[in-house]
Amino acid sequence: MMEIETFLNYYRLMLRIRRCEERIGWLFARGLTMGTAHLSIGQEASAVGVLAASRPGDQVVSTHRGHGHLIAKGAMPAPILAEICGRATGYCRGKGGSQHIAVRDLDFLGTNGITGGGIPVATGAAMTAKLRRTGAVVFSFFGDGAANQGTFHESLNMAAVWNLPIVYVCENNGYAMYTAQRQVTSVQDIAVRAAGYGIPGVVVDGMDVLAVREAASEAVARAREGRGPTLLETKTYRFAGHSKSDTGGKYRPKDEIAAWQQRDPLVTWRQYLLDRGVDEADIVSIDAEIDGEIEAATQFALDSAYAEDEALTGAYSTTAATGADLLVAAGAGGPL
Amino acid sequence: MTIAMATRTITFRDALYEALLEEMERDEAVVLLGEDFANGGAFGVAGDLTERFGSDRVVATPISENGFVGVAVGAAMTGLRPVVEIMFMDFMALAMDQITNHASKIHYMYAGQYEVPLVIRTPFGAGRGYGASHSQSLEGWLIQIPGLQVIAPSNPADAKGLLKSAIRENNPVVCIENKLLYPKSGEVDDTVDLVPLGVARTCRRGGDVTIATYGRMVDMALEAAALLATEGVECDVIDLRTLKPLDIKTLLASTATTGRFVFVEEGTGGVGAEVCSRIAEAQPGVRVVRVAARDVPIPSSGPLEQHVIPQIADILDGCLNTL
Repeated sequence: MMEIETFLNYYRLMLRIRRCEERIGWLFARGLTMGTAHLSIGQEASAVGVLAASRPGDQVVSTHRGHGHLIAKGAMPAPILAEICGRATGYCRGKGGSQHIAVRDLDFLGTNGITGGGIPVATGAAMTAKLRRTGAVVFSFFGDGAANQGTFHESLNMAAVWNLPIVYVCENNGYAMYTAQRQVTSVQDIAVRAAGYGIPGVVVDGMDVLAVREAASEAVARAREGRGPTLLETKTYRFAGHSKSDTGGKYRPKDEIAAWQQRDPLVTWRQYLLDRGVDEADIVSIDAEIDGEIEAATQFALDSAYAEDEALTGAYSTTAATGADLLVAAGAGGPL
Repeated sequence: MTIAMATRTITFRDALYEALLEEMERDEAVVLLGEDFANGGAFGVAGDLTERFGSDRVVATPISENGFVGVAVGAAMTGLRPVVEIMFMDFMALAMDQITNHASKIHYMYAGQYEVPLVIRTPFGAGRGYGASHSQSLEGWLIQIPGLQVIAPSNPADAKGLLKSAIRENNPVVCIENKLLYPKSGEVDDTVDLVPLGVARTCRRGGDVTIATYGRMVDMALEAAALLATEGVECDVIDLRTLKPLDIKTLLASTATTGRFVFVEEGTGGVGAEVCSRIAEAQPGVRVVRVAARDVPIPSSGPLEQHVIPQIADILDGCLNTL
């Protein structure tokens, strides 16, 4: 792909994330979603920049704030919106919801509702990649809040000791829900914690998609060459609240929000493309493409049925005939 | 002339070792993770498996229980079949997030896209003076988690057959091993490869009272039944073998005859609460009694411990209370 087409595609992906999440907020406000949702508006350059360094077959483990990672890995708004609206056409047939979306076909091992919970899971996927020599690299996303969980420390240590092909991506948006990082975290840069595990720690401007891609590419090359894990910290900011229950409040200064909004990755990237001589019509056509896509995705989600007849099935895999299925076959009822 | 012997006498520990060895030989996706495998693990179950299979497949972990159980979950999702050892069941408390929120949920919440073929083995129970943090029986927690299965062998043959079945299962299974059983010997039949999950075993038939239990309490229940028989009370003794899924059919077949049910466990009564409720719901006339640990932490001193953990006299009392 020509470089400019690649760059336009980053714009497309970041815009798809932005518009999809705006639509999630719109659906939530109308009571059409199930549960809450955590939007990553403002953080798009981190998701798109990191996964621009990935290739098919590489695996991703995400967080509660994972719609951006999904879309950056190739997921589409229609099944995402359907999932969040609890419909059978969602990626997980409505069983997962926003915080539990996996897309196996894209090697996306799941968004994850437990802060820090996905970090060891990603580390395990990297163990498989190493033992099976698959050549895959695993991306483990988490936030600054998760960097205070034991799983973060335990996982980085294990990945370093076992020299696993994994990139730990701390998307530092400065706040764990309503708690500022400086109140609860011993260091300003999470990346310095890498030194405690003998691995490289890198800080990058998370609002700059190219800078993020550059830093991630270096980490990926290291992992792919068998030189082990990297901790990459993308400094970013969420323009929306923590979750849909966060209506603003007083925990973030208004001028701080305004300052970060000046660095909106979509605005700056669009300007960068224009400065590089991209025809504005090409950008406008992507704007229209995404608008149409989101409209169609919304309709698709809201027109879809609920998989109610599947509510009580699928807790146990039945592909190995030794356990629950055997009991069912014997007429003894299910495992409940 | 040689005579092919189908049965051998081996220890509970060696039965578990053989299950691991045979499944690792059968399927190279089977890997072990746990602490201190350099010496076979704290109770020696892994024996020489590190020497046999190398450190890629017998992975010595740091003391990071939640971390390495999570690693096993991720490995299981992506094609390996990890068997994790948690040194004492008490330490499972450190890994409950990965067990509860990840291993057990992933198949359902991701709508069947991923399977988690994971076994977690862990020694449980009292009787060695280890005290409050190394002696608990916490399986009452585990049976309340949808997506999780729990096995609890009482003898070498079941230990080997159940563990092998669990390793071939495409769901997470916790295997709880009474630590007092490791050195005990019993017969294994080499013509029997697998013991299916979810099927109880009736060890003694009587007809007056049904005693059900699991793990090392099976032998105690059989001793109690023998004593009661001298007094003219004949007991059915049922070894659950699997706590979840529960073989309720076998239990109800027995209680339909006896009308009396005693559940014995080393924990504080959570498994019995579930089992007795199931029986009472299905057969409201059955008299149910639980014999379980008292509601105190487990003391280290042996004479004190005996006041906390069920003894044979407590099982006798339980049975007499149903008459």
